[in-house]
Amino acid sequence: MSPVFSSPCSDEPARLDLIGVTVGYNNRPVLRDITLEIPHGARVAIVGPNGAGKSTLFKALAGLLPLQAGQVLIHNRPIGGHQDCIAYVPQREDVDWRFPVTVADVVMMGRYGRLGWLRRPGRRDHEIVARSLEQMGLKELAHRRIGDLSGGQQQRVFLARALAQEPHILLMDEPFSGVDVSTQEATLLLLDQLRTQGVTTLVSTHDLTLAATRFDRAMLVNRRLIRYGPVDEVFTQQALSETFGQQVFFLNGAVVVDQCCPPEPG
Amino acid sequence: MISWLLTPLSYSFMQRGLLASLMVGILCAVVGCYVVLRSMSFLGDALAHAILPGVAIAYLLQGNLVIGALVAAIIVALAIGFFSRQGSIKEDTAIGILFAAALSLGVALISSIKSYAVDLTHILFGNVLGVSTTDLMLIAVLGLIVLLVISLLYKEFLVVTFDPVLAATMRLPVEGLRNLILVLLALTIVVSLQTVGVGLVTAMLVTPSATAYLVTRRLPSMMMASALIGALSSLGGLYISFYLNVASGAAVVLMATFFFLVVFLFAPSRGIVWSVLPGRRHPSGGEAQ
Repeated sequence: MSPVFSSPCSDEPARLDLIGVTVGYNNRPVLRDITLEIPHGARVAIVGPNGAGKSTLFKALAGLLPLQAGQVLIHNRPIGGHQDCIAYVPQREDVDWRFPVTVADVVMMGRYGRLGWLRRPGRRDHEIVARSLEQMGLKELAHRRIGDLSGGQQQRVFLARALAQEPHILLMDEPFSGVDVSTQEATLLLLDQLRTQGVTTLVSTHDLTLAATRFDRAMLVNRRLIRYGPVDEVFTQQALSETFGQQVFFLNGAVVVDQCCPPEPG
Repeated sequence: MISWLLTPLSYSFMQRGLLASLMVGILCAVVGCYVVLRSMSFLGDALAHAILPGVAIAYLLQGNLVIGALVAAIIVALAIGFFSRQGSIKEDTAIGILFAAALSLGVALISSIKSYAVDLTHILFGNVLGVSTTDLMLIAVLGLIVLLVISLLYKEFLVVTFDPVLAATMRLPVEGLRNLILVLLALTIVVSLQTVGVGLVTAMLVTPSATAYLVTRRLPSMMMASALIGALSSLGGLYISFYLNVASGAAVVLMATFFFLVVFLFAPSRGIVWSVLPGRRHPSGGEAQ
């Protein structure tokens, strides 16, 4: 039942393959039959309206939701093993904010996956934690209790933890919505940082401009995969209309997406 | 003063009692940190009462009472998990049903054993002064096992308790670790039976760790502070019991409650008194260590 911790993540950056993946809740599929291949080190934006199934896809990739059909391969192996080396930053962290842990404790948890059973953090782990805290501008807050921080600071703590995980695949669910400017910048900084390390990153966003300018590839989804490929090939008028339906319209070459409505479930 | 402290130690039953309640006080206080942080106090109470039918059945079969208690506690712990995982009823409802059922079954069984009725109060409220050397050994061995598991799996328990989502992405066996915490809790409760009894063990689990929570910011220091408060309550309670001739389990719990009230009212930065007094509000909470 226990994952094998003795074999750490393999050295090459991860390639991610989805083959006919269907996921959802209680046998009701949210996303159907997704097949695509993400080369290692790619930076992919996942774009779609509320309820399109972006969060559901992330939960499936993080191993929180069983697949209803299909297969996900990381390094050509099915997900579920420790070697997956996935870091997942949910839209809103579902943790107990009154828990007695400091900022540094939370970031150190990012090292636990690599440490494995029974081993205590060593000098290298402490160095990586200190560096991650510094990169996210949290050095001064390291010994504060997590609940004493502001919302934006808390978000950055979890980004620092993702960094400390040294992941091969990073999944970030809507990191740009509802955060302050400095957190948004910290997030973009993190993405640049990870690009130099060849980390495969999947980021869901509502922000078409951000998706078009900061990402290599994009994936348009709405209950199914509508289009996937290099950014300039994906963001066509037709594909966007197909994804957003009546919510998108085009004004003198500008794309306007009107997303007022209900929050994404789950 | 010295002789006041030493007099009880001249009785061997007091020596064993003090040792037993010291060990139980520390053990409960450490395990209790998970109980407080995962909001499991009701579950702890239920497990304690679930022990009763196990003890009664073991007595009827002339088996080992501790093993009977342990089996009953583990069965109820897993049954609560089973009922609430079906999704049709909430966990606290499942606990409420099973807890009352187990207690009733225990009382029904015990009331049928006439000769055993005297010992019922010992199960309910403990009898620390009747601790035998064998009991002491049992408490020490089981207690050490529980503390050893907690220290070896510190990282895993921390992640599973604080952030189950991270635990899942780390591919940790989340359900298995949660059940292991329940088993450790069951072991702790069984071990505590003799000193504070079924009725009061929840207090020993919850009160010292809730007190420690108010004055610490990290889990290891919370566990240390909790253990210290648990130990002091046990010792203090037993001395009070000796000199004032009150029931020992009750004295220990009242002592722990006294510590809690003092900290709740006067803890630096978190105490109620400071936040009520004008001008004494601390700008940053949780700096106390």
